[in-house]
Amino acid sequence: MSLLDMTAVELAAAIKEGKTTAVEATREVLAQIEAKEELYNCYVTWDKDAALAQAEAVQVGIEAGELNGPLAGVPVAIKDNMCTKGMLTTCASKILGNFIPTFSAEAVLNLQREGAIILGKTNMDEFAMGSTTETSAFGVTKNPWNPECVPGGSSGGSAAAVAAEECFYALGSDTGGSIRQPASFCGVVGMKPTYGTVSRYGLIAYGSSLDQIGPLAKDVTDCATILEVISSHDTKDSTSVEREDTDFTKALVEDVKGIRIGIPNDYFNEGLDDEVKNAVLQAAKVLEEKGATMGHFDLGLVDYAIPAYYTIAAAEASSNLERFDGIKYGYRTPDYAGLHNMYKKTRSEGFGEEVKRRIMLGSFVLSSGYYDAYYLKALKVKTLIKKAFDEAFAKYDVILGPVAPTTAPKLGESLVDPLQMYLGDIYTIAVNLAGLPGISIPCGRDSKGLPIGLQLIGDCFQEKKLIQSAYTYEKARGKFPTPAKEVR
Amino acid sequence: MAKEYETVIGLEVHVELATKTKIFCGCSTAFGAAPNTQTCPVCTGMPGALPVLNKQVLEYAIAVGLATNCDITRYGKFDRKNYFYPDNPQNYQISQLYLPICKKGSIEIETQAGGKKKIGIHEIHMEEDAGKMIHDAWEEWSLVDYNRSGVPLIEIVSEPDMRSAEEVIAYLEKLRLVIQYLGASDCKLQEGSMRADVNLSIREVGATELGTRTEMKNLNSFKAIARAIEGERARQIDLIEEGKAVVLETRRWDDAKGESYSMRSKEDAQDYRYFPDPDLVPIVVSDAMLEEIKAKQPEFRTEKMARYKEEYDIPDYDIDIITSSKHMADLFEATVAICNQPKKVSNWLMGETMRLMNEKEIEPQDLSFSPENLAKLIALVDSKAINSSVAKEVFEVMFTQDIDPNEYVEENGLQTINDEGALRKTIEEVITNNPQSVKDYHNGKEKAIGFLVGQTMKAMKGKADPGMINRILKELI
Repeated sequence: MSLLDMTAVELAAAIKEGKTTAVEATREVLAQIEAKEELYNCYVTWDKDAALAQAEAVQVGIEAGELNGPLAGVPVAIKDNMCTKGMLTTCASKILGNFIPTFSAEAVLNLQREGAIILGKTNMDEFAMGSTTETSAFGVTKNPWNPECVPGGSSGGSAAAVAAEECFYALGSDTGGSIRQPASFCGVVGMKPTYGTVSRYGLIAYGSSLDQIGPLAKDVTDCATILEVISSHDTKDSTSVEREDTDFTKALVEDVKGIRIGIPNDYFNEGLDDEVKNAVLQAAKVLEEKGATMGHFDLGLVDYAIPAYYTIAAAEASSNLERFDGIKYGYRTPDYAGLHNMYKKTRSEGFGEEVKRRIMLGSFVLSSGYYDAYYLKALKVKTLIKKAFDEAFAKYDVILGPVAPTTAPKLGESLVDPLQMYLGDIYTIAVNLAGLPGISIPCGRDSKGLPIGLQLIGDCFQEKKLIQSAYTYEKARGKFPTPAKEVR
Repeated sequence: MAKEYETVIGLEVHVELATKTKIFCGCSTAFGAAPNTQTCPVCTGMPGALPVLNKQVLEYAIAVGLATNCDITRYGKFDRKNYFYPDNPQNYQISQLYLPICKKGSIEIETQAGGKKKIGIHEIHMEEDAGKMIHDAWEEWSLVDYNRSGVPLIEIVSEPDMRSAEEVIAYLEKLRLVIQYLGASDCKLQEGSMRADVNLSIREVGATELGTRTEMKNLNSFKAIARAIEGERARQIDLIEEGKAVVLETRRWDDAKGESYSMRSKEDAQDYRYFPDPDLVPIVVSDAMLEEIKAKQPEFRTEKMARYKEEYDIPDYDIDIITSSKHMADLFEATVAICNQPKKVSNWLMGETMRLMNEKEIEPQDLSFSPENLAKLIALVDSKAINSSVAKEVFEVMFTQDIDPNEYVEENGLQTINDEGALRKTIEEVITNNPQSVKDYHNGKEKAIGFLVGQTMKAMKGKADPGMINRILKELI
């Protein structure tokens, strides 16, 4: 058995038992990156020497008994919108093409304290704006299940790297589905925790009120373990929540008896691919057989989630991205006449089309005269959506549905029609607006062989119910194949 | 017949709060450090950095609000004001628009006619200061110093309730005093820790509609404010008399030239696209917090004046002057606490201190000598170790360098010579050398004795007790 077949938790255990070492595991995964990168392009940056140096240091720590956590010695990939001290952090944008942070994101530090080995930075949609990883300034990432398809986005590099075994697990960020949707397209497990669970300090903001960091992993066990390590109360992030129930691995229990699962009728309407629908309902049946109770209900407001999301996220993004101006760091246009011209040219040349589209949209909805009609109205919709979920969670512990209407589309299909692309976020977006946790786990493959994702949504701070349900389903489902095997 | 005009003025006052650290990060706010040495990822707008509110800023803002009779907003927010400029590292300033921390207050001023007038406060909000741009005169570039970026400010916006430069200055003085008493800021106009922008319009006396206003910036002293108000009033009257219109605009006052020029018209004003900052949680002011701040409010001037009247036997005039500065009042009370001689402490403050302040153009809050040293000086005079003219000499050194008067007198040998034998010998010499004066004295010229005392003092290098000289002189002639 190759080390690459192991999950993160299995690898850490093997290293602890002395069956292998962090250095060996890192060498093996680096060889896989070398072999596969040209085809998949999962990484913007990866640093062989730095990874091996970390691995050696971590191995010493493990042998000395200083590092004994469940992820010690395991190589990880970090989405390129999280700051890594001394390592290029680009947000897949030309405007940050030369940016090397002076500090690391809190979530990254939490991993490093537990002996993680940072392999590099994964590709993404530019500034996390997109659903396909095609808006990256550093080339598209390809889906390891079929290189003609997108890996999803915006954390497409992270999802593809896990699927292609170019890392043992990865961190992503989810503003409107950016962890769950690529996890679904790449056949891996991805989780977006409750807003405030993982510190946003060092995460380069897209939509600050919606952004959350979370894991992309090979299975639910890894996912719970990683989340347990990265979650923390951080006084540097005002929106960070102090909670004492972050021992998520305690919820890795194979039992759903008494768990009430709600299926929103509105998540199974027109637009949902039949194969996806059948696979998701089949997964629901599995959970029911395992003892969960099942009920159908109308969530409502589903059609309003997308416009509300694109209004709020774009408004925040238009302001968050103002700091990229060529003055202090990042790209500056080579030729300019005066300050105003420098700003204009730097930003025109430094940002890609999709980012510019959202900056314009966001600036518009915040403009005087439009603020009330768009931005404030979107906030009201957000409040109503949260209320709708509150009502649902009075009756159910977990909401079950698809992650995305379809499996991974072909490369180049989505960007032609951005509105159509935005509609693809319909099942994931409301979760961010309401600040809820959500998990995506593979529940089958379509006739083209592409993975289908099952989404479970929980009430705020109820990650454990999600983990328990997902874990139980995963055990019943059996091991999900990996594309690497398929391609081999 | 010439029309009569009324001036209508409202003020926007920015006050730099006296916190040790910045509003959203832990960097020092100390003034004068080398450029960009008091910065961090937060106040330089690095990607991924996040703001966290300094609680002291909120407490100061609430304290100022309470002292100015404002309603305190119990559920508030910070908003982002978006505009591009290199001194603004995020290209948005974190400020408050929709839910400012204080609203609907007022303070009372004394008018020149001797009456009292209420000046309304529209709101007080918290915000962060920008960095400082340095435009290189010789090279084609500008440099930015972010040390000031993130220094906490409150902006106090008045109602358009003032009608003259005198009222404006009375309002500013009152505001400054209240804030200084709170310890929330030193409020120095020259150094920019208090900045006032003047919104001014004119209208015919009796009119109820407000005229078109202008906003005047760059006013660095009370004198400049008074001159700018007079200048702007005259400029607007001229325009109207000529049948022209006043333009809604921001103007910059050039105090050296005594005139203002247009900075930007409000027509090309930017749209700041204000919206609540999603990186900061709403500001919730609990009952407990409000009570705690109320309990910590200091004794303000009116109460202090009443107490001084009760406790100390000093003239009302002295009380008025001493309490007109929190620092001077603190100095007074601390010195009295040591030496228990209010009258003498007051005399030092009213006499020599005021004289030197005028001479050296020093503001009361910049007085640097310690109460301990003033008390020591008073003790030296009381014990007749030095005479009063030596004491004034010592005080002058103390005023600028805060030296220990005991040590200084010792080191410079300034003690009064109480050796009667030596003094008697000197006086005898003076009498011998000034026969004419002695004669004059005997002829009834009382003043002549003064000359002889002076001569003796001179010979003693000022270190004699004048009482003792008088006694011996009269005895000998």
